[in-house]
Amino acid sequence: MAHLEPLPAGEPGALLHLEELESALVESLTTQMIDLVGVDSPADEDPLVAMVGIDPAAAPSEDPALLRLLPDAYPDDDDASSEFRRFTERDLRSAKVRHASRVRESVAARETPIAIAGEDVTAWLGFLNDARLVIGTRLGVTEENHEELAELPDDDPRAALFGVYGWLTYLQETLVQTLMGHP
Amino acid sequence: MPVSPAEVIEPDVIEDVDRPWVTIVWNDPVNLMSYVTYVFMEYFKYDRAKAELLMMDVHEKGRAMVSSGTREEMERDVTAMHGYGLWATMQKDD
Repeated sequence: MAHLEPLPAGEPGALLHLEELESALVESLTTQMIDLVGVDSPADEDPLVAMVGIDPAAAPSEDPALLRLLPDAYPDDDDASSEFRRFTERDLRSAKVRHASRVRESVAARETPIAIAGEDVTAWLGFLNDARLVIGTRLGVTEENHEELAELPDDDPRAALFGVYGWLTYLQETLVQTLMGHP
Repeated sequence: MPVSPAEVIEPDVIEDVDRPWVTIVWNDPVNLMSYVTYVFMEYFKYDRAKAELLMMDVHEKGRAMVSSGTREEMERDVTAMHGYGLWATMQKDD
């Protein structure tokens, strides 16, 4: 089972021990995340538009999980939300892809423990949170239904997904506690 | 000594003019309390006590105002919160 320890010499960060299967799981989740949030730029897109990061086609997603990752910024103003989205969504998607890619690189070698320090802290925390948001939205996790989801029969496809969700929760919680000095 | 009009403006008035926008973080069933606290400390550089207080507001009241400033500053804060995966919105402070 995955576990974490503080970095030696009090450096901010953590050492993550993963089993082979856990590394494979994380790698698979990073690939799925990149597929989900990555930007499919049309080939004929104006390169200047791509360069300054404005996406004229950015719109709120109809996929609730993606909408949770890329929410509206103005709750009562659709026009302002759209404008905000055009100017920021591409960068936000890129940041999420960058986090997932960094995590994928660090598990791909299957060398453990993995040192999580510096920029990697943001990448790991961001990716773990994004993955939990997507799975949590897909499962319809609420404040009240954890027990219900935990008691699903093994042949329910949601049971395995909830297992992954719980494992990611454990990993994120332990990582945050380690970073905050309470391992 | 006479006081010029500029010096008698109430601090509250100045606050209103300079910081008319706010960033709100909303409760959601997925984000961990520890992580929300961590993000408030890491990004806003709030001390642990303030970060935990704001996190408890998010958790118990459903939302908390986490920062205020110009519209541009709040767009920056909202984008950063979305980067961390927190559910944040901005609005004009009433």
